[in-house]
Amino acid sequence: MTPAGSLLSADSLYKSYGSTPALDGASFSIHPGEVVAVMGPSGSGKSTLLHCLAGIVTPDKGTITYAGRELSAMSDAERSALRRTEFGFVFQFGQLVPELTCVENVALPLRLGGARRKDAERTARHWLERLEVDTVGAKRPGEVSGGQGQRVAVARALAASPKVIFADEPTGALDSLNGERVMELLTEAARSTNVAVVLVTHEARVAAYSDRDVTVRDGRTRDLEHAV
Amino acid sequence: MSIGHTLLGLLESGPRHGYDLKRTFDEKFGHDRPLHYGQVYSTMSRLLKNGLVEVDGIESGGGPERKRYAITEAGITDVGTWLAQPEKPEPYLQSTLYTKVVLALLTGRSAEALLDAQRAEHLRLMRILTDRKRKGDLADQLICDHALFHLEADLRWLELTAARLDRLAAEVCA
Repeated sequence: MTPAGSLLSADSLYKSYGSTPALDGASFSIHPGEVVAVMGPSGSGKSTLLHCLAGIVTPDKGTITYAGRELSAMSDAERSALRRTEFGFVFQFGQLVPELTCVENVALPLRLGGARRKDAERTARHWLERLEVDTVGAKRPGEVSGGQGQRVAVARALAASPKVIFADEPTGALDSLNGERVMELLTEAARSTNVAVVLVTHEARVAAYSDRDVTVRDGRTRDLEHAV
Repeated sequence: MSIGHTLLGLLESGPRHGYDLKRTFDEKFGHDRPLHYGQVYSTMSRLLKNGLVEVDGIESGGGPERKRYAITEAGITDVGTWLAQPEKPEPYLQSTLYTKVVLALLTGRSAEALLDAQRAEHLRLMRILTDRKRKGDLADQLICDHALFHLEADLRWLELTAARLDRLAAEVCA
């Protein structure tokens, strides 16, 4: 069942890798503009949950619904288009394209969506400025610091006006100060543009930037605030 | 916190009235716990008696007399000694949380539910502090960070204890 008003939801997800269960009846939902932290120890299944929600991994059982449509009913091409146009991604190590400049990296999802180079780069520069890294636009990822690179990655995730951002340990490779600034900028930008953020983290100080948290243990989810 | 030493330290920049001291203390250190006037005047009386401050002047207008206090050489030495002395680290060995977990196990209640409820409460407070930090100045950020790091340490203990509950239950109930 899809929780009322939710943008993205998952119900009773099961996923195994060989004989190892990664998800064992996990459920989840998120509303537009909401920041939800997915927490849990290493190997609990939180990254698998994120990959299922984003349509990167197909669960063995269970349903995932995005904007009223079941992901399992979509073709691979439709799911790819969904990831490109509706979803944004931020990973622990940025995963920027090393051969492109930072502006070109941020413009990339727009270019893949068919935008003209000039328009895409104008939008990219706007987001680089908003993420306070407009000075590194002409540099390649290898020439910027870890904190700057991660802000560029956040700008790239936001540039194509996604409805959901999936952030998997976005501050995991950063020091405390840089990590906090990335979280401030990411959550401020997401809330002001009504983008939902699924934030996978094992750090409580990062989770404290969320509106609520869901804990994954042994492949099962627990929403403590809503369970009481 | 040693209120006496803090007020003495504030006096090092120049003489002040009790009211000024309270206001400055509240601005810089008393975010959630402002000083009572009674605390200020009883502390100043003690510092005066111990020779750490002296009365620099008395103003008498229409209302009650207002004393202006100045720090003495002995007071400056006392502040210096206090600042140079490391604080004793709090060992937290008498933890209410630990006691509750053990009692839950001993009485057959759910220690896991207890840990989960505590975890949710800690995160709730961390969200409030993170929000305050976001809206506050640098002083606010530092105060909130101090609290956040301690809460985070508690949370790590809660996680670790949750992972060790079976072993703890076996030991406690043996």
